[in-house]
Amino acid sequence: MHVRTALIGGDEKMQELKKEKTEKIKKERTPMPEQPADERRKNFNEVTLGYTKEDALSEASRCLACKEPKCVEGCPVNVDIPGFIELICEEDFEGAIEKIKATNTLPAICGRVCPQETQCEALCVLGKKGQPVAIGRLERFCADYERQKSVKVPEVPKSTGKRVAVVGSGPAGLTAAADLAKLGHRVIVFESLHKTGGVLSYGIPEFRLPKEIVRQEVDYIKQLGVEFKPNYIIGRIKTLDELCDEFDAVFLGTGAGLPSFMGIPGENFSGVYSANEFLTRVNLMKAYDPEYDTTVRRGKNVVVVGGGNVAMDAARSALRLGADEVSIVYRRGEDEMPARREEIEHAKEEGIVFRLLTNPVRILGDEKFNVKAVECIKMELGEPDESGRRSPVPVEGSEFTIPADVVVIAIGTSPNPIIFKGSEGLEQNRRGTVVADEETGATSKCGVFAGGDVVTGAATVISAMGAGKKAAKAINEYLKGK
Amino acid sequence: MAYKILEKEEIAPSVHRMVVDALDVAKAAKAGQFIILRIDELGERIPLTIADFEKEKGTVTVIFQEMGKTTKQLGKLCSGDSLQDFVGPLGTPSDIRKLGTVILVGGGVGVAPIYPQAKAYKEAGNRVISIIGARNKDLLILEDEMKKASTELFIATDDGSKGHHGFVTDIMKRILDSGEKVARVVIIGPPIMMKVGAGVALPYDVEILVSLNSIMVDGTGMCGGCRVTIGGKSKFTCVDGPEFDARKVDFVELMNRLAMYRGEETKAVEKYEEKCTCGLH
Repeated sequence: MHVRTALIGGDEKMQELKKEKTEKIKKERTPMPEQPADERRKNFNEVTLGYTKEDALSEASRCLACKEPKCVEGCPVNVDIPGFIELICEEDFEGAIEKIKATNTLPAICGRVCPQETQCEALCVLGKKGQPVAIGRLERFCADYERQKSVKVPEVPKSTGKRVAVVGSGPAGLTAAADLAKLGHRVIVFESLHKTGGVLSYGIPEFRLPKEIVRQEVDYIKQLGVEFKPNYIIGRIKTLDELCDEFDAVFLGTGAGLPSFMGIPGENFSGVYSANEFLTRVNLMKAYDPEYDTTVRRGKNVVVVGGGNVAMDAARSALRLGADEVSIVYRRGEDEMPARREEIEHAKEEGIVFRLLTNPVRILGDEKFNVKAVECIKMELGEPDESGRRSPVPVEGSEFTIPADVVVIAIGTSPNPIIFKGSEGLEQNRRGTVVADEETGATSKCGVFAGGDVVTGAATVISAMGAGKKAAKAINEYLKGK
Repeated sequence: MAYKILEKEEIAPSVHRMVVDALDVAKAAKAGQFIILRIDELGERIPLTIADFEKEKGTVTVIFQEMGKTTKQLGKLCSGDSLQDFVGPLGTPSDIRKLGTVILVGGGVGVAPIYPQAKAYKEAGNRVISIIGARNKDLLILEDEMKKASTELFIATDDGSKGHHGFVTDIMKRILDSGEKVARVVIIGPPIMMKVGAGVALPYDVEILVSLNSIMVDGTGMCGGCRVTIGGKSKFTCVDGPEFDARKVDFVELMNRLAMYRGEETKAVEKYEEKCTCGLH
C-alpha cells in the first residue's frame, strides 16, 4: 500500500518533470538587446547591450540541466555550463561567475567574441528541435555583473620560485600567464606593442569588444601578480635563446600577426590596406576619434576582400568611419564564409553589400597612385577542395570593376617571424607556424611551449585560450621535474 | 612606463637632438636600426632612425626635423620630460663588415643615421669617406662628430655657404670618377635625394644602399603599411629593411606612398599651431 502510493507519487512527479521539460523546450530563446542598425552604423559603441537580470533569469530557466551535458564538451576550456546556469537561476550571480572563472580567465571577452554557435551551443540538446540555450550571452551577463560590482581576486599560493616568460599578451598568453600565476609561478609577459591584449586590443573593434573590458581583464591578471612588459620585442631586444637562459620555461603566444596580400597588380596603391593595418589604426590607435593623432583614410567607397570575422570587422569599421558604400568581396558563397553567422547578420543589417562569388584580379589607381577601383571576376563553385569546401573557379569574360577609394585586404595572417630571429632549434612547418604538441604545447625546443594562432594559424580567441590553458598545465608539470 | 628625455637641444633651425633613457633599446641597438616613439596617450607612433646609442649609459639619441604635428610637439619637449613609449631597436641592422672603401652620403637630417654607420664601418676597418650636405651651413648637422667618425669628410651646401657649392652627389661622382676602388655607397636623406643619388651611382661598379623612411604603425611586420616594391617584389621596410639595394627600389611608388596622408598632416599641423597660439598647449 505504502509502496503503491509512492509509485503514484513518483509517476506524478515524473509527469510534472516531463511537463516542465516540454515547457522549457517550447520556451523561446531570450533575444539580445542591441542598438538599432541605422543608429549603430554611425557610432563605435558596443552593438549588443547585454542581458538584463530578467533576461538572464528567463534564458537560464531554459536550461535542461542535462546529467551528461554535451555543451561542456564543446567548450575549449570546459566551463561547467549547467553549473553556472543553475546558479543564475538561484540568482547567485557571484557564485556563477566564480564557477565560470574556475576554468575561464576572460569571461567578459569570451561571452562577447566566442563562436558559441559552433562550440557549446552547437551541442546543446535544445538545439536539436529548437534554439539552444544562449550560453554565451549568459556568460557575458555574469562577467558584466561582476565587473559592475568588484572583481574578486583569488588568493595566490606561495611562490614556487620558478620564473616563466610569456611572449605575447593576446588571449593565449593572458590565459597561460593567469593559470601559471595561480599555481604560484613568477610570470613576466613581454608585449611588442605599447598596449596589452594582442588581437583583443588591435584587432577586434570597440563596437564588438570595448577596450575598457580588455583593460579590466588584464588588470585582473596583474592582480594575480603577473608583470607586463610592453614595448618589448623578443627577437629584437632579446632573442628567444636568451629568454630560455633567463627563465625556467617560456610560453610563446605570439599569434598570427603577419598579413597576407593577394599578390595582384596595384596592391601597393595608396589607400590599399591590410586588415591588420586598417584595424590597428582604428582600434589600437583610435583613428576614429578626432582627439587622437593617428589617421586613417576614410573612404566613400570601400571594398573589403575576404569572408572571415576580420573582413566583417573591417567592413563595419569602414562604415562607421563614414563610408557611403562598403562591399565585401568574397570568392566563394555565403555558406562557405568562415565568419560567425551573427557577424554576417549584423553586417547585413547595417547595410554592408555582399558581393559573393567574386574575386579581385587587379587594383586600379590614378596618376597620384591613389586607388580608384577594383577589377573583379565572377566565380562559380566547382568540385570540393582539400578543405571540403567547393572551390571557386573564375567565369571567363565576367570581369567588372567596383569603384573604390579604400581597399582592405582581409584574406588571412600567418605567424610573425620576428620572434625567431637569432634563435635556433624551434621547429616550424611550411606556413611558418610553430610545431607544438596538441595536448601540452611542447615544442622541439626544451622548455619552450607554444599555443594559439602561432601554432594553428589564424583561429579564434577561445581556441587560443584553450591552448594557453593546456600549456600552463604542461609547463607546471615540466617545472616540477626541474 | 615612461622614457625620460635626458638631453634636448636644437642643433639647427627646427632640427633637434634628443637623448632618451631607454636601457633595453640601447643594449640591443646596432647601426642602421630605428625606434618608434609615441609622445602621449593621444599620440601617433612615429619611426625615427637611431642617431647614436651608449650601451653602458643605457641611452639612445634621435635627431628629428619639425615637419608634422608630432615632430613639432616633440620639438617643444625639454630635458626632464618623458615620452610615453619608445620601442626598438627595429629593422635589420646594416650589414657592416670590412669591405675596403665605403662612401657614406647624408643629406639634411639624413646625416643623423649616417653617423652611427660611419663609426661602425670605420671600426670594422674600412676607409670611410663621408659626404654630408644641407641647403645651407646653418642646417648642416653633426659636422664635428662626422669628422671624427670618418677617414675623410666632404661638405656640400646648396647655396655654397659652406664646402662645395652644389649637391653631395657631385662629390660622390667625383670620387667614383677618380678611379678609386669603392666597394659600397650608402645614401641616406630625403627620398628625392636618394633617388637622384642612386641614379648618379648607377653606372659605376659599386654596391648602392639606401635607407627608406616609409610610413608605418607597429614596426614589427604586422601592419604592412610600410611596403615598398624592391625588384618587383613587395617588401616591408620595417623588417626587411630599412636598407635596400638602391638599384631595385621603386622610388616613385615610395614617394607617392609617403604623400598618402599629406592632406591630413597639413590639417593636423594647422589645428595644432592654432591651439599653441591660443596658449592652450
